[in-house]
Order: sequence, then structure tokens, then C-alpha cells
Amino acid sequence: MELTVKLFATFRDGRFEKAQLDYPPGTTLANIVDALRIPRDEIGVMLVMGRHAELEHTPAPGDTVAIFPRIGGG
Amino acid sequence: MDNILRIDMGAPGGPKATMEPVGAYAGLGGRGLTSVLVSKEVDPLCHPLSAANKLVMSPGLLTGTAATTSGRISVGCKSPLTGGIKESNAGGQAGQVMARLGYAAVILEGKPLNDDLHVILINKDGVHFSVDNSLRMLGNYATVDKLRVQYGEKVAYMTIGQAGEMKLGAASIACTDRELHPTRHCGRGGPGAVMGAKGVKAIILDEAGTTLRAAKDPVAFKAAGKVFADGIKKHAVSGQALPAYGTNVLTNILNEAGGYPTNNFKTGQFAGASKISGEAQAALEVKRGGSATHGCHRGCIIQCSGIFNDEHGNYVTKQPEYETVWSHGGHCGIDDLDVIARLDRLDDDFGLDTIETGVAIGVAMEGGLLPFGDGAGAIRVLEEVGKGTPLGRIIGSGAGIVGKCFGVERVPVVKNQALPAYDPRAVKGIGVTYATSTMGADHTAGYAIATNILKVGGFVDPLKTEGQVDLSRNLQIATAAVDATGMCLFIAFPVLDQPETFQSLVDLLNAFYGLSLTGDSVVALGKTILSAERDFNTRAGFTAVDDRLPRFFEQEPVAPHQVTFEIKGEELDKLYNW
Repeated sequence: MELTVKLFATFRDGRFEKAQLDYPPGTTLANIVDALRIPRDEIGVMLVMGRHAELEHTPAPGDTVAIFPRIGGG
Repeated sequence: MDNILRIDMGAPGGPKATMEPVGAYAGLGGRGLTSVLVSKEVDPLCHPLSAANKLVMSPGLLTGTAATTSGRISVGCKSPLTGGIKESNAGGQAGQVMARLGYAAVILEGKPLNDDLHVILINKDGVHFSVDNSLRMLGNYATVDKLRVQYGEKVAYMTIGQAGEMKLGAASIACTDRELHPTRHCGRGGPGAVMGAKGVKAIILDEAGTTLRAAKDPVAFKAAGKVFADGIKKHAVSGQALPAYGTNVLTNILNEAGGYPTNNFKTGQFAGASKISGEAQAALEVKRGGSATHGCHRGCIIQCSGIFNDEHGNYVTKQPEYETVWSHGGHCGIDDLDVIARLDRLDDDFGLDTIETGVAIGVAMEGGLLPFGDGAGAIRVLEEVGKGTPLGRIIGSGAGIVGKCFGVERVPVVKNQALPAYDPRAVKGIGVTYATSTMGADHTAGYAIATNILKVGGFVDPLKTEGQVDLSRNLQIATAAVDATGMCLFIAFPVLDQPETFQSLVDLLNAFYGLSLTGDSVVALGKTILSAERDFNTRAGFTAVDDRLPRFFEQEPVAPHQVTFEIKGEELDKLYNW
């Protein structure tokens, strides 16, 4: 299945900002971040179609996945 | 900080200063002192621009000490914008100098008999008044440039620009940073208009001959300070993300979460968001020889700010922060960082709250004054404020007035104060804060974004109604207490996540003052402050009706989640349940 994966802040370093990537059916967010070599403990927030999601979440084909390190402001 | 300096601007024969012991206000600082004092001493039914209003400036309890990131100054008064109580705090150097000079508060009272512009110098020897009408209708930059010739580089300036002189509802008080740029503003709610009404153009704070404030228990203070600083440094938000990208790192995440108010709250995502994101901004600043990491005051170790240069490498303004980039950016449909930086520079120069002003311009766009996305037009409209034209005065009076003048229904204000950069339909916790804060719509009053979006201090789903009132209440209480310490609110990220960092903050207060506060005492302090503010607002005529969002948030679903704000009034009314 094809997903749009977006990375932000330091996660872009050595990777990408936005990519269309193909994954086998049943791929979880954990599989995605592991494949991108993003250390799990550095993850702040993951959004799938604008909603917060956890590592065990399985995106649907065509979903947009956004992965952020721990960030803040205000 | 044993004394309060009262300055009667209406005294016969000219301004008169009186020093008195801190007395009944002992143990208070920052927002704690300003709000308790305003609630006690200011007639809640007075006109905000009248002699009866008071402008209270107070450094926090730890400001002027060796504790890191503790340089905030609070300004309190009855707000010309909301008609309720106001506390607005800023960084810059002023707070530290005022604290080192020994003042728990400096209060401007009364009203001058003529329209002279006064300059007040406060140094270790006392207070000196002068009249300088050559500063009339000068912006903050030109005012400081002129004053520094006389008063030098090693002082802190608090000034008002044209907006304050015209006594407009969005008028701010500028505090200079370490480079003497007037870029750190007590912005929200129009405190600059109150300073203007007192006939004061500038306050100069000279720390020559002063020293850092000394703790009662210096050994314990130093030890607590180290744990506190280590806690800030090791947290990913305060130690890495804020220094690297600034607060504008939020643009992308709010946009991805569908909570980024676009084109005057019509939709929750902005097509141009990535162009004005913190990532893009930091890269541009570095490329142009500015900086993406800069502290607004001495002793800050978070350094969330930066320096924004133009394409030729010349200084334009400090790094516009997230709310500013949003209010002039996505809110107005503008996706050009140079335009946004220019607008930020003009806001700082004229002495305007960047949130109120950007939202006002967006509301004017909705009203047909200019199209959404028109950057050049936005600059032209804002320049009217500096010229003091009727249009400029309307824009500088804030989003509520602009909405009335241009016949707009969708006006995003609570208590007549403009909503900041988070759509309350898609981030419901912040909607509770907007609705119920004593300050009017204010994100800092109870920053539910931390828990709704960023997963700091736990997680409460932003799209659900459950738990939002409790979340906002707890944050509002904690924030009121933090605002009393003089600490930058960004310490809340490590404090919320790391128990030892919270404890070290309490330990700093205890070591400094010889107290034995606990976590419960901090909560009690927060409640005391909020209760004083709430009491003032009640006596000023505010009721439950004022603790509501504009109706369109309940009626118009916002994309992409197609949600409304459906937390009921009776739930909001439970916020102040102690």
C-alpha cells in the first residue's frame, strides 16, 4: 500500500521532508519508523490523517503519516 | 525587592515618586503581585484610561537572581481592550534590572494635567523625571535610538510607540533585549495604552551599582539552580527543539493536526504552512547571516529566539515567533516570511501586540478591506497605524473593533481579545482556556496545546470533549504560579514532564526566601492569583456569558476534521470550582 510519509525538524536530517512510500499491507507505524531508523524514544508525536496515533497503529492505504520529534513552543 | 515605587503622574507640579515597603504584598511577584494589587487597589468600574487605573510593573519572585531563565517582567492594569484585569509579561532586560534595583513593583498612578511626554529614569540613587516632547509619535526603535545617546547602552528601556501614545487597544509596552532592540513586548490587552494615558513615553532602568539578588540560603539555592538548569537542558523541547527552531516549530504540527487557523478561522490547514514553518525560518535566518538561536535576556539557557535578516544580510527584526508568524501568516493567507518579518518589525516599532494586530488585519481581509494573501496590502494597512490615520487607529484597536467597523460576523475574540494560533474546534483544551481565562482569549494562560498536541505532561485527545476542562483548570493554576516566579513559561515543558525539575523550582524559591513551600503551596498560589483576577472581573461586570467562545465556533465545522466546539457552557462554568 502507498502512504505519504512526512518528517519534521531533526527527523529530516539525512532523510527527507515528504515521500510517497510503498509498504506491505498490515504495516504498523512501528515498522515505518524502524525502517526509517528513527529511534523510537526520540519520537514526540505521530499523526495519521491529522489524528494522534501510537506505534501499533496500522495506517490505511493512501493515508498521510506525519512523524515529529519532541517539539514545543507557544 | 523590598520596596514598591509609586509614581503619581497627576501630582500637582509634576510627577512625584514615593517609596514604600512592600508590606501586604510581600511574598508576591510578577503576575501574583500585579493581579492582587490591581484587584485590591483599582476600581473595577473605572475607565481604563482614567486616573483611577494603575499600571503595575513587577519582576517575578526569582527575577534578578542567578536562577536561569528567570527574567520575566509582568505588567498589570485594567485592560483597555477587555475591560477586565490584565497581566501581560515579557522577557528582555527590564525585569532583571528592576529587581536588582530592589523594587517588587513600580506603579504608575493618576493622570497628568497636560499632554507632555515624560521620561522616567530609575537608578540606584532614585527616580528622575524629565519631559521630552521631541519623542512624540516616534516608534520604539527611533525612541530607543534617541534615548541611548543620552542614557547609554548599559540600561534597559521600556517604551511605547505610536499605538501607546494614541491609547489604542492593541498597544504594547516594549522592553529592550540585550542588543537594545525593543523587541520584547508586554503585548496583550493594551497595557501600552495605559502607559500612554499616564503620559509616559519611556522608563529607563539603570542597573549600575547593583548586584544579583542574594539568596537566604546560597548553598541550597546554587544546588537547586543546577538541578533546574540541568532539567531544562536535558528535556528535548527546551534543550533542543526550541533553541534549534524557535517556537515556530509548531506551524507544521498544528497544520498537520488540522488545528492551524487559516484565512480568519475558515479552515484548519494552510497550503503555505511549510513555507513559513520553523524549519524554513531557521534555515533562512542562518543562510542570511542572522541566527536561529538567541536569548531575549541575560541568563536564558533556552534561547528560543533568533535574528531575522533581509536578503542583503541587514537586521530586520528578532525571529518572529509562532503566534506572530501565524497571525500575519496563515490567518491572513500570507506565506512569505519576509512579509511576516516586516509586519513583525512594524508591530514592534509602533508598539502593537502581534497577535491582536495580525488577527485584526485578517478580520479586515474578511471584511473586504483587502484580499487574503495580500502581503503588500497588509504592510500598507499596518503602516497606517504609525501614521495615526483613522484606518490605522481602527486596526490598532484590535480585532473586535475592526470586525464592527467592517461588518464582519466571524470575529475571533473572547472578552474582546483576539484568539491566538490554535483552532479551538480542533484543539478543544485550548478552547476551554480561551473561553474561561480571566485575560480574554490567551493561549499562555493554560497551554493545553502541550497535552492536546505535543504530548507533554500526558495526553488528552484534542478532538474529544472529555477531560478538557480539568486539563485547562490545572494548567491555568500552574501557569498563574509560574507567572509569579518570573520564570519563562517554556520551563513548563521540563517541569511538566520531569518531577525533579518541578521540585528544583520549588527548592529555588525556598532557598531564596527561606521558605518551606511544597507543590501544594504552588497550587495554592496559582489559585490565589486566579481568584483575585476573577473577583476583579466579576466586579467589573463580567458574567458566565463572557466565558464563551464566539458562536460561530459552535456552528461552523472546521476542516479537515469537520468538528465544532461542543463543550457546553455549564462545563466551562465548572472551571473555577475551588
